[in-house]
Amino acid sequence: MAKHEYAFYPGCSSQKGASASNYLTSVEAMCKTLDVKITEIPDWNCCGASIGYAEAGELPRHVMNARNFALSEKNLPGKEIVATCAACWLGARETRERLSHSDTLMNDTREALKEAGLTINEMPNIRHMVEVLIEDIGFDEMKKHVVRPLEGVKIAGYVGCQTNRPFGVDGESFENPQYLDKMVEMVGAQSIPEYEQKVTCCGGALAFSEPEKAQAQIKDIVESAYDHGAEMIVTPCPLCQANVEVYQGQINKRYGTKFDIPVMYYSQLMVVAYGGSAKDAALNGQVIKARRLEEIAAKPVLSRAEGPAKR
Amino acid sequence: MADIKVAAYICKGCGLGDRLDTDALVKIAQKDGKVPLAKSHDFLCNADGVAMIKNDIASEGVTHIMIGACSRRAKTEAFYFPENAVARANLREGVIWIRPDTDEARETTQEMAEDYIRMGCGEVKAMTAPGGNPNTGGSKTMLVVGGGVTGMTTAIEASKTGYPVVLVEKTGALGGWAAKLYKRVPVHEPFKSPADTGVGELVSQVLGDSNIKVYLNATIAKTDGAPGRFVVDVATESGATHTEDIGAIVQATGFTLYDMNKLPELGGGKSPNVVDQAGLEALATAAAAGDGVIRRPSDGQPVKSVVFVQCAGQRDTTGQHLSYCSGYCCNASIKQAMYFKDANPSVDTTIIYTDLRTPGNGEDFYRSAQEKGVIFTKGKVAEVVLNGATSTVKFHDLILDDSNAAVVDVDLVVLATGQVANSGINIDAPAAAAEEAGAEPKVEVKPISILNLTYRQGPDVPQLKQGFTDSHFICFPYETRRTGIYTAGPVRRPMDIAQAREDATGAALKAIQALENAELGRAAHPRSGDLSFPKVRLEGCTQCKRCTVECPFGAIDEDEKRFPVFNESRCRRCGTCMGACPVRVISFENYSVNTVGAQIKAVDIPDEFSEKPRILILACENDAYPALDMAGMSRNEYSAFVRIIPIRCLGSVNTIWITDALNAGYDGVMMMGCKSGDEYQCHFVKGSELGRVRLSKIDDTLKTLNLEKERVRDLEVAITDIERVPEMINKYAAELVAVGPSPFKGF
Amino acid sequence: MSANTALAEKYRNNFLKEIEEQVEMGDWVKMCMQCGVCSGSCPTNFQSAWEHPPQELFMMIRAGKREEVLTSTSMWNCTSCYNCIVRCPRKLPITHIMHGIAEYAHRIGMAPKMQATRFFSGLFWKNATKTGRVNELKLSMGLYFKDGFAQGVKNGMAMQSVALGLVKAGRLNVMELFGGHKCKDQKGIQAMLKKAYEIERNRKAAKMAG
Ligand code: SF4
Ligand code: SF4
Ligand code: SF4
Ligand code: SF4
Ligand code: SF4
Ligand code: SF4
Repeated sequence: MAKHEYAFYPGCSSQKGASASNYLTSVEAMCKTLDVKITEIPDWNCCGASIGYAEAGELPRHVMNARNFALSEKNLPGKEIVATCAACWLGARETRERLSHSDTLMNDTREALKEAGLTINEMPNIRHMVEVLIEDIGFDEMKKHVVRPLEGVKIAGYVGCQTNRPFGVDGESFENPQYLDKMVEMVGAQSIPEYEQKVTCCGGALAFSEPEKAQAQIKDIVESAYDHGAEMIVTPCPLCQANVEVYQGQINKRYGTKFDIPVMYYSQLMVVAYGGSAKDAALNGQVIKARRLEEIAAKPVLSRAEGPAKR
Repeated sequence: MADIKVAAYICKGCGLGDRLDTDALVKIAQKDGKVPLAKSHDFLCNADGVAMIKNDIASEGVTHIMIGACSRRAKTEAFYFPENAVARANLREGVIWIRPDTDEARETTQEMAEDYIRMGCGEVKAMTAPGGNPNTGGSKTMLVVGGGVTGMTTAIEASKTGYPVVLVEKTGALGGWAAKLYKRVPVHEPFKSPADTGVGELVSQVLGDSNIKVYLNATIAKTDGAPGRFVVDVATESGATHTEDIGAIVQATGFTLYDMNKLPELGGGKSPNVVDQAGLEALATAAAAGDGVIRRPSDGQPVKSVVFVQCAGQRDTTGQHLSYCSGYCCNASIKQAMYFKDANPSVDTTIIYTDLRTPGNGEDFYRSAQEKGVIFTKGKVAEVVLNGATSTVKFHDLILDDSNAAVVDVDLVVLATGQVANSGINIDAPAAAAEEAGAEPKVEVKPISILNLTYRQGPDVPQLKQGFTDSHFICFPYETRRTGIYTAGPVRRPMDIAQAREDATGAALKAIQALENAELGRAAHPRSGDLSFPKVRLEGCTQCKRCTVECPFGAIDEDEKRFPVFNESRCRRCGTCMGACPVRVISFENYSVNTVGAQIKAVDIPDEFSEKPRILILACENDAYPALDMAGMSRNEYSAFVRIIPIRCLGSVNTIWITDALNAGYDGVMMMGCKSGDEYQCHFVKGSELGRVRLSKIDDTLKTLNLEKERVRDLEVAITDIERVPEMINKYAAELVAVGPSPFKGF
Repeated sequence: MSANTALAEKYRNNFLKEIEEQVEMGDWVKMCMQCGVCSGSCPTNFQSAWEHPPQELFMMIRAGKREEVLTSTSMWNCTSCYNCIVRCPRKLPITHIMHGIAEYAHRIGMAPKMQATRFFSGLFWKNATKTGRVNELKLSMGLYFKDGFAQGVKNGMAMQSVALGLVKAGRLNVMELFGGHKCKDQKGIQAMLKKAYEIERNRKAAKMAG
């Protein structure tokens, strides 16, 4: 049996062939190393992400999340739900809070769920993957598995919005969360704690619908990473990852900049540091290639004896 | 002078023995200080050291004691010798702690210590042990003027503490302004709704207390005497006068609402449907007595829409109205808006404010009003336009920056006009200002005196600004500039009921302290317990009146022959009179022109080739001297060329000290006193200001002596200037070096 | 009578009340103390000027500016960054109120017709609920073609490089147009949502009647 087991909610963007599919691949490899077992909730549906508000209204949005809770309860009883996408996690947690605080909403939800033949008896805990890593596994344990430290790589930790607000990771401040910097240090790379754009909004869904507004934001985020001498940016959120990475070309056109900085998931860094291949880390999924990581991933693994894990 | 025997004691503890040549200091005391008995001790403040001194007093007949040890502010309990004159030479905070422990510094540090020993010996010989003011009174009765919440609370608190109270109220009933309120702002959890005023209970408590004598429909016809022995005539409606012996007085005469007739643009006085906060309380009380519906005054229709205009005639920058914020009226309007919402949530209530000031739990109250649906709009009201029974309130919306915003169909407009102090006659008002006021077309209500003091300085307590009574705002909030008379409640500063009750309690305690001190012939704060008092040698007096005019506390009257009459119990022992007297006939037993003069003369002035300038510092003992001591505690170094003499107040500085010092060859004189002016910090209110006025005339003296004006420096010092003061001293010392040595050296 | 005129009639003088009863979290609007922290925290406020930052919108609601509020594009510009929520000293759920006002404006047909985010928002929801999961390609195609075919080609061209990058990186699947991800129990989902809509509609109507 694995050390830690969870019900897994991948979310739409992590599906095969979707914008965060590389996230999923690397998370799977990371979990394997850490002996974490994640079991996909069967037949899960979209969380309704916050941008769906116009059409959705309140109840239908919560009902969508509640269906996932119910499926988890039915098929994976007693397990906490883990999400990798910030928006999924936030949406699900919000539903959890609202339903827990309003009997009316809870009853209405149950009534709607009945139509799909489902029900909720117990409210599940909703966790983000970084919470699992920090709280359940811990930095010490995570560090033990590092066999290929990312030495000399300077990485800006971009936390963004939704993993940070309104819930955030326990014990971290909204204005200056530190866990991503700690993770960067954990994989042997160099963090930039003073990176001042770490919680700036990337524009979220506006990147899609109103690109000029969002791109102005993204420009600040990338520019500051460059100013601090970062070689790459790391983030825990698929929307952040996509927005900051894929619009760099357009921003270059709009502002005459020469941005070309890779934007990675923490899980990708960890997989490479844990000795995984470029494929395990889904480095091929980068629109802006992370050459430096690819080189490191091609290097042989330190023998356990000389690895930092020994200490 | 009776036989005196002086003894000097040099302490070797606290590192003094290591840093200084104490044997040499003992010799200096004997040789230069001419002290018959001089000793050193390893640890003077311990039981053994103190016993040694006591033994010398008993068996050697020592009358005068000079202690060379720590600051006079330290170890006051160990070195308490009430029968003796005591001087302290500050070798610890004033010498070793402010000098570096290096070989180069040794010589100048030792010289500093030696001078302080000489000064201490000189000072103590010019002193006598203070004996206390014999002219005391023993009345323990407190007079409370005003029967509102503040006055009643004061009376109850004093009575509970065991002091009889005479309470004088000018109207026919107790309760004051608060009795006219329908409800009050809540002071208890959960701070959500208006609460009962509690006035009824206070009134019955006062009336049921046999220790409190209440005069209704009464005023104060005359207040004579001094703390502990005031004689007060209470005039009642019938014309009869009752005389009461009073120990101390609390004036709680409250406020009047600012007159809304001065605000015609806001509809003040132009329609019955525009009221002030008192007007609304009356409507609410009437409604509560009837069907609970607040009605429009003009036609009795239920009010469906009400607008509150905050800061009406307040926080005014044009100079036409009140410039201050009364502090309570935001909460009061919130409360009044709730009168409507609690009775009928569908009444539209809008509060138009520029800043909502609801400190403390007022925030909860504010939030509760929002929950109840009171609309808060940030804006500045420009005009209230009356159209028949309703009106339109035009305002500039400050959030939406809309200068044409308006609330229409308003049934009732409430103006939050604020508090004006009922403080009696402004005794400092120049006659010209009174004339100007008289030139206004509207007839100003002539203020009538409240206390009718028989003091030479005028019938009421002095005011600071805007009619509020003067007090040392930070340190002694209830003080007035008349000893034994305290003010509490809105007469002192604008405030609400909760604050007024707190004020009342504080003032009651201060008044008790004052009458107790008065009975023992001791000073009230800030020199609480001081037994010295000013003595005047009338033979030398030229009747110049400077002392009577300058005394900040109105302690000095005049007799028929126009000689000054000191009322010791009214005196705070600041020494301002002493500093003012041109012929120097005023002195205290332990502080006089001579005690300071002797110290100035005792300092050894090196010649002009020594490159060792000497700077005299006269430091106020309330702020500057403690700051210097604390500089020592933090080991902030300063020049070894200064010699510091503590003084009671800048006001006590007699210019003779400065001319004497300059004549003796000091290179410079630095005066350190508290901030003066409207925002004064002076513990004696006017002392530092008067001292500075005197000082400003020193330039002429300098000119006659042919000296540079840099030789005298005035410095404002606060107690917190622990770092700044050493810096300023060092800067001044450097400046004086540039100016060159005083030409008077060696004469 | 259209939905809008009926509501306008019912809440004639009291737009605040309308918002309180009809908008998700709308009963919080009255609690704003106009400190301006949200406006100072809102990203869209420092980049290209928003029409009205949250503070201002809330004041406009209290001032009864119904037309201006409901037709504003401001709510639609909210990026859901939650900056305002964590900073508001009065703890207003600002993000949700913003979404709520947008949803309401949309519901009663007052939202700006071709506001891109509004369009996207609707599209997203339809996309997500149709099959239970989001189909990113259809989502973006839908957005680009919202202004008609010609504009769609233009928009698509502008975003072509972005899309091409994603395709190459294996993160946008062209095959999605013909099927793609979906949930198995689509029928259940549809029934469940229908019910949810019905309940919510009834509750709002009851408030209006009450
Ligand atoms: S506290 Fe004062 S008296 Fe006591 S040992 Fe120190 S310097 Fe001497
Ligand atoms: S308390 Fe409020 S209404 Fe009164 S003056 Fe101050 S700010 Fe104005
Ligand atoms: S000036 Fe000061 S010392 Fe002199 S009588 Fe007045 S209060 Fe007393
Ligand atoms: S100041 Fe001196 S001289 Fe003048 S009246 Fe007073 S006591 Fe007399
Ligand atoms: S931060 Fe909150 S209280 Fe302040 S203006 Fe915004 S919504 Fe209002
Ligand atoms: S959540 Fe929306 S309203 Fe709030 S700060 Fe972010 S963009 Fe602005």
